[in-house]
Amino acid sequence: MSIAINSEKCIGCGSCKTVCPGSLIKLNGDGKAYIKYPKDCWGCTSCIKECPVYAISFYLGADIGGAGSMLHTEPEGNILQWLIDRPDGSRIEIDIDRRESNKY
Amino acid sequence: MKTKRLKTDILIIGGGTAGCYAALTIAENSDAKVLICEKAHIKRSGCLAAGVNALNAYITEGKTPQYYVDYAKKDADGIVREDLLLTMSERLNAVTERLEKLGLVILKDKNGKYVTRGDRNLKINGENIKPLLAEAVGKLGNTTVLNRVNITDLAVSGGRVLGAYGIGIEDETFYIIEASAVLIASGGAAGLYKPNNPGFSRHKMWYPPFNTGAGYAMGIKAGAEMTTFEMRFIALRCKDTIAPTGTLAQGVGARQINSLGEVYESKYGLTTSERVYGTVRENAEGRGPCYLRTEGITKEQDESLLKAYLNMAPSQTLKWIESGLDPSQQNVEIEGTEPYIVGGHTASGFWVDTHRATTIGGLYAAGDAAGGCPQKYVTGALAEGEIAALSMIGYIADKSPESIEKSDIKAHIGEAERFLGAGVSPYTTEQLEEAMQTVMDSYAGGIKTGYRYNESQLAVAERKIGQLITLSDQLRAADNQELMYIYELKERLTVCRSVIAHLRARKETRWHSFAENLDYPEKSKIYGRKFVNSVLENGEIKIILRDINEGGAAFEHCDKQ
Ligand SMILES: Cc1cc2nc3c(=O)[nH]c(=O)nc-3n(C[C@H](O)[C@H](O)[C@H](O)COP(=O)(O)OP(=O)(O)OC[C@H]3O[C@@H](n4cnc5c(N)ncnc54)[C@H](O)[C@@H]3O)c2cc1C
Ligand code: SF4
Ligand code: SF4
Repeated sequence: MSIAINSEKCIGCGSCKTVCPGSLIKLNGDGKAYIKYPKDCWGCTSCIKECPVYAISFYLGADIGGAGSMLHTEPEGNILQWLIDRPDGSRIEIDIDRRESNKY
Repeated sequence: MKTKRLKTDILIIGGGTAGCYAALTIAENSDAKVLICEKAHIKRSGCLAAGVNALNAYITEGKTPQYYVDYAKKDADGIVREDLLLTMSERLNAVTERLEKLGLVILKDKNGKYVTRGDRNLKINGENIKPLLAEAVGKLGNTTVLNRVNITDLAVSGGRVLGAYGIGIEDETFYIIEASAVLIASGGAAGLYKPNNPGFSRHKMWYPPFNTGAGYAMGIKAGAEMTTFEMRFIALRCKDTIAPTGTLAQGVGARQINSLGEVYESKYGLTTSERVYGTVRENAEGRGPCYLRTEGITKEQDESLLKAYLNMAPSQTLKWIESGLDPSQQNVEIEGTEPYIVGGHTASGFWVDTHRATTIGGLYAAGDAAGGCPQKYVTGALAEGEIAALSMIGYIADKSPESIEKSDIKAHIGEAERFLGAGVSPYTTEQLEEAMQTVMDSYAGGIKTGYRYNESQLAVAERKIGQLITLSDQLRAADNQELMYIYELKERLTVCRSVIAHLRARKETRWHSFAENLDYPEKSKIYGRKFVNSVLENGEIKIILRDINEGGAAFEHCDKQ
């Protein structure tokens, strides 16, 4: 379970580093974020929700059946737009309204 | 290493659920100075980081706090403190309303009443529950938050707490904090046992891997009385992603079935531990894998489930999408997790009185750190944070922080500097952590043995954990983050040692899986009326068996302090 940070997109704001509950993300010499301890990631997606340029996505490790899809979210106001990019290039979108409760 | 000395009226260790709520309560009821030390950042730390899916503890219409007490007592087969459960239950609904005022979305019907899930739960959108709490704390005048300060030890003298020590993991600083009262709100302990997926995804566990039992370890070392560590919590979870299953069971009514399609849950019973036990037995007897039966649910239910999981355990939604099959087309495989020690689900933790005072003067505990009061969940942790806060305001009224002895400070700085200093350890912290998890897995009832153990195995576990404690003193760290990893390992080893002693002391099998002692496979009348407690005295763990307080009589051991 871990995250991948796209350093081309990263603008070095440090928000992901701030929120990580395990303090796993650091900034490198170029001021770009990287995950220093990838095996220690809990998969909470806190960093992903913070990133202003959507540079972080999350994947399932191969040991727990991951098949290469990447998940990230693009929040817009009250809507959390979740996007899953599959290895075949297809994309699935699920929108969640933060003002709406879970049905279950 | 730089040192920084701070003084405050109240120190809160851990800015999680209970810690944040305690700070809010103190600010509303007094002008005491509060310092929160949080090892991560309060915006998204601890259990609530990813969000939660429901409020699991609420007194629904027509029910009473006593109804909740009775439910929790039955689920734990009697080993609970009714006085703690009742004082918590009485506050569940008020803290819920407060959460709503802070901005939490709670589902309501046309008449503005909360919609309930079963007898005790409310439906919410809990994705942002932690940022909401953190935002409220950020607005408080008298509260200072020190993020990325990991507390490693308490300063205690003459049976009273004087403060605590910590390390700044980004500022390479050693903190000495003096306080009149201290609240342990650092959560429970994960990572003691080998996890379900020990490879790359080792931290894909249910309980936060960053809650390492620091509070328990500090209490044990300071000589506080602890309770019921033998009642481990093992969660029934979705295979691989370790995502919660309650939403499937209660949300869409999915039943537990084996590979033959038989509903097996009724065969073993429906308490939390029996649901795990049934799954372990079905697998052991060749009827695995086990599933939650979701096949046949509606498309609409599918869609709601995908969303609900994104709000609390996004990996499960990703798993469904990657597989190309929705829950309606494919049952969800389930498994038991590795055992955790978590006082918000079972009854492990500090032995406290109804004020949430521990047996050490000025030291309080709330949430997953406090024992005797299972089934707390989010709202129960808030309620305990509130009770502890009000008690601490009373306690500090006639006190000011006392100075910690110079020699004690020197010893603690010396230890940290030794770990950071020259010298090589034959092992890394990671290697010793893996060794600890293997020992607990094999000899103290981990996944490997179907959660079962006997006394001979526990004796081996005790010896091997002792060896690892000795080896851990030789570890070396290159920076304060690595230093934190050494302290985390040492905390876990301290907790493991107590867990083993407690497992040994309860000479019965009261709860399958949670504490299944093969030398005593039946329930015992004697132990059914006893709490197993412990204190560390002269380096040895002393077990104390205490009578269950029938009828909810209170244990006010700390009133005199
Ligand atoms: C994944 C998950 C899902 C859950 N879902 C639900 C749900 O849907 N409904 C429900 O009612 N309950 C749910 N629960 C239970 C509930 O969230 C917890 O019981 C409750 O939040 C515990 O609160 P706490 O304050 O004790 O711990 P936490 O909120 O975890 O707070 C502990 C804090 O202490 C900090 N800390 C730890 N060690 C140190 C140290 N040495 N120094 C400084 N700081 C430290 C941690 O970083 C953390 O911020 C869930 C729990 C988990 C893990
Ligand atoms: S998903 Fe959570 S644990 Fe993993 S790096 Fe991001 S914030 Fe940290
Ligand atoms: S939040 Fe995004 S932009 Fe900011 S440092 Fe992290 S990856 Fe870079």
